[in-house]
Order: sequence, then C-alpha cells, then structure tokens
Amino acid sequence: MSLAFLLLPLVYNNQLLLFNFVVFLTLAQGVNVIYGFTGYLPFGYVGFFGAGAYGFSLMVMHLHAHPLPALLVAGLTALLLAVLLTPLLRLEGAYFAIATLAASQALNQVVSNPNLTTLTQGPYGISLSGVFAPNFAYRVAIVILAVTLAVVVFLRNSHFGLALQAIREDAISAGMAGINVVRERVLAWLLSALVAGLMGGVYAWYISVFYPETVFDLSVSIFAIVFALFGGTASVIGPILGVAILYGIYNAIGITTPQYFQFIYGALIIALVMFLPNGMVSLLRRWGLNVP
Amino acid sequence: MSLNAQPKPLLRVDKLVKRFGGFCALDGVSFHLVSGEVLGLVGPNGSGKTTCINVISGLSRPNAGQVWLEERPVAGLPSHRLVHLGINRTFQVPKPFLSLTVRQNVEVAVAYGLRGQQRWDVDNLLAMFDLAAFHSRRAAELNSVQQKMLDFARAMATGPRILLLDELAAGLNPEELQRVARRLRELADSGIALVVVEHLMGFIGEVTDRVIVLNAGREIFDGKLDAAVHDRQVVDVFLGGSDGV
Repeated sequence: MSLAFLLLPLVYNNQLLLFNFVVFLTLAQGVNVIYGFTGYLPFGYVGFFGAGAYGFSLMVMHLHAHPLPALLVAGLTALLLAVLLTPLLRLEGAYFAIATLAASQALNQVVSNPNLTTLTQGPYGISLSGVFAPNFAYRVAIVILAVTLAVVVFLRNSHFGLALQAIREDAISAGMAGINVVRERVLAWLLSALVAGLMGGVYAWYISVFYPETVFDLSVSIFAIVFALFGGTASVIGPILGVAILYGIYNAIGITTPQYFQFIYGALIIALVMFLPNGMVSLLRRWGLNVP
Repeated sequence: MSLNAQPKPLLRVDKLVKRFGGFCALDGVSFHLVSGEVLGLVGPNGSGKTTCINVISGLSRPNAGQVWLEERPVAGLPSHRLVHLGINRTFQVPKPFLSLTVRQNVEVAVAYGLRGQQRWDVDNLLAMFDLAAFHSRRAAELNSVQQKMLDFARAMATGPRILLLDELAAGLNPEELQRVARRLRELADSGIALVVVEHLMGFIGEVTDRVIVLNAGREIFDGKLDAAVHDRQVVDVFLGGSDGV
C-alpha cells in the first residue's frame, strides 16, 4: 500500500491529490481504531488533526524547530487534547459524537481568536514557507500511513484488538472477561488521536500555508467517518476501499461537476446504509472472500 | 446460622445495603460461602437477589456494608479486578459479545481473565459447554440457551473461585437442566464456590447444599431447602400470609 504511494508519483504528477489520499487513508484508519474496534463515533475527530497541524506550526514558527521533531510535538499535542477529553468516554453513542464535535469546534475558536495572533496568527492563518519541502513531507506521510496500517493489522490479529471489540459489544461483559475496560478504551482513544495528530502535522508541513478553518474543517471528520463506514469498520481493507471508491469519485467528478457528484454520493450512501450497513467488506465476505 | 462447624468462609457478605433513590434493594443482607459449596439464593421477585450478585461482582457499589473475599475487603472494586481475584458470574439475560465468534468470546476471556495462572484450553471449554460445533459462528447466531452456556464458558475461562449464576436454569429443557445440574455439582466438587439464583425449586433442591431466602433486601432464612419449606416466614413470603405473622 505504502509502496504504491511511494511509486505513484513517478507515473502520476498530481502529488497533492496523492497526498490527500494518504491523509484520508490514515484518518479513516484512525476512525476505524476508535469507532470500528471500540465503538465510539468521534465526530470531532478533526480536532486532533487541527491540534496536530497547530502543534507542528507553533514549533516551527516560534522555536524554528526542524520539521521532524515538530512532527513529534504535533502527535503530542493531539495526545494531550485526547487526554483532556478522556472524560467524554463516559458518554455513549450520539452524546459522545456531539461532545467531541463541540470540543473540536471550541478548539478551532480558541486557535483562531484574534487576541492570540502573536501565538497562533489567529484567523489570519499560518505560513511555514521556511520548511516547505513537499517531497520530504509526502514520504513522511507515507511512513505514517504505513505505521497506521500496521497498527490496524495488529488490532485485527491481537488480543488487544479482540478486547476492544469485546468492549464495543458489551462493556459489562468485557469487564467479566477480565478486561480493564477504562484503560483499554483510553488506549484506543489515544492511539486514534495520535494518528490524526501526526497526520495533521504532516499536512501543515506539506501545504505550509493554511487557515484555522482549513485544518478544523468538519468535512475532514465527516469524510474520514463516511469512508471508514462505507468500506466497513473493524477491518483493515474496509476503510481503504472506502477511501479508494468515495474519495476517488469525489476527485473524479466532485470538483468538475459537483451537482452530479452530490447526487451520486447521496445515492451511494443511501444504498449502502439500506443494503450494506456493515460496509463494502460485508458484501465481499458474503461472497465467501476472506477479507482481513 | 448453620449448625455444623464450617471451614473458614471464602466469601463473606456483611450487612450489604444498596439503595436506588428511595428504594432499598438490599437492606443489610449478610451471608457467607465456603469453597466447594453450592448456595442457593432464592426469594420473590424484587427481593434483591440480582442486586446482591451485581454488588458482589462489581457492577454496582454498595451504599453500606462490605464484601470480604477471605481477609480482603472487595466491595466497590471494578469488575475486572474482581475477576482477577476469582469472582465471576453469568447474566440472567445472557450478554455475549454478539458480533464476535463463539471461539473469540472465550478466547478474549482466557487472554485477559487469568493472571499468571494455568490457562484453560479454549477448545476444552467449548466442548465442556457443548459449543464446540459452533466455534466459528457469531455469538448472535446462537439460541438463548447456547448464549447462556457461552456466558458460563466465558466465566469459567477466567478461572473463578466463586461463580455467581443468575437464573442459569430458566428456559432450559429437562434434559439440559439435568446436564447443567451435574456440571454444577462437578464444579463444586472441584472446589469452586457457587451462588445459584433460581426460581426453579426442583433445580435448587437438586444442586444446592444450602439456601438463603431473601425478602425485601434481607435474608430471612439460611439452611437446607427442606427446612425452608417448613419455615413460617418463608412460606408467608412465597405464598402470602397475614401481616406481621
């Protein structure tokens, strides 16, 4: 997978598009960790992405850090935010979704506050032209994608992943299986946040000029969630399929003929919810394929 | 209240109180349990049987009172800690991990339920509860009796010393009842202490060594089932009687 994205730029010259694919493949897998395996739908997932982007940018702007250590800080920023938000894990279902959504938008408002212009540039956006290095950033993004995929493969095949799924199915019974529900849940939450934070950092690095609403854009959350659901959660292949098909359609016709795109998108999603609520993967499994 | 000299109790429930708002589900219930004993917990609906099990297994915290596991106070510990200390349970309405396979249901309990002890073999456990043939099915595809057995297998996978069984026998056919009764006696003979909550008195009579009768969150009888049916208070509670006896 990662190898493909390493080689694709040789035959396809729109690196930004490929980069966006890498971003969404990673984010969809991040959603997969916390929603697919653990059962928490994080509507404010973009908050971690934005936190990572700003964590990276602040390091570069104020401390003139090298992009790689700044990237670590991006991950740490998202982790810190996730730790702050752990009490939200007490909520379930729609309440959790809405609470994370609110948290991400609150963070957006804080970052874009004009009074913080000296720190975050407020609403005027960030420019990191000093570290602009798209080829390097692209490769780092691929590494993060590879690590994320490895994590999901691990979840698919480990007792930890099984424990998360047990928690998703029935938290009380999970306790009776000896699983420390709170701890494992928080671990999944942090893991999922870390992935988004690192990707947010690389995103800031790659595009190097952006505004708060770029990296806190709710549609990032929605895309990542829809891609993961469309493909099928708690699997490795599902979110990949989701991104390939839906983000593929989006880029093929979404920008040139948005009216058809929205029509097709809507129809696809309705069809999926009606006939394949467990995603594309469930269709493949029905055909007898063993999908990881 | 038991007359013969008992070995040291494994579990001691001491004046447990659990209130839900103004309703007092447990009103100072006390009893004890020794290794290898099968204790029946009986009483009319709402007498606090399930609440009692919920408190012992860590699903809810008591408002007062204590649960002692040997010398250790354990009331209010989270479930997984109690599981690691050797207390496990089944549920009245079975609660398996529905989308996981039967094998995974047990596997996860084997992986997380034991701390450095000898591990159960998943296949043995499945065979023991007649689930081996369904090992690759999702738990959601099992019927409710099989799901109960899966709950039971999951509890056994964690190597319990004390097992709390909440209405395990309800819904079983006579042949299954026989088999379960035999299994419970075997487990007791191997040293596990069992608390059996049940409405089927025939089943209670067959498997238990002793019964506690609960009424309105208090124990009103402790002894053999045969003696319980001659106890005035017990008869009044079950069949209705004049107030104040």
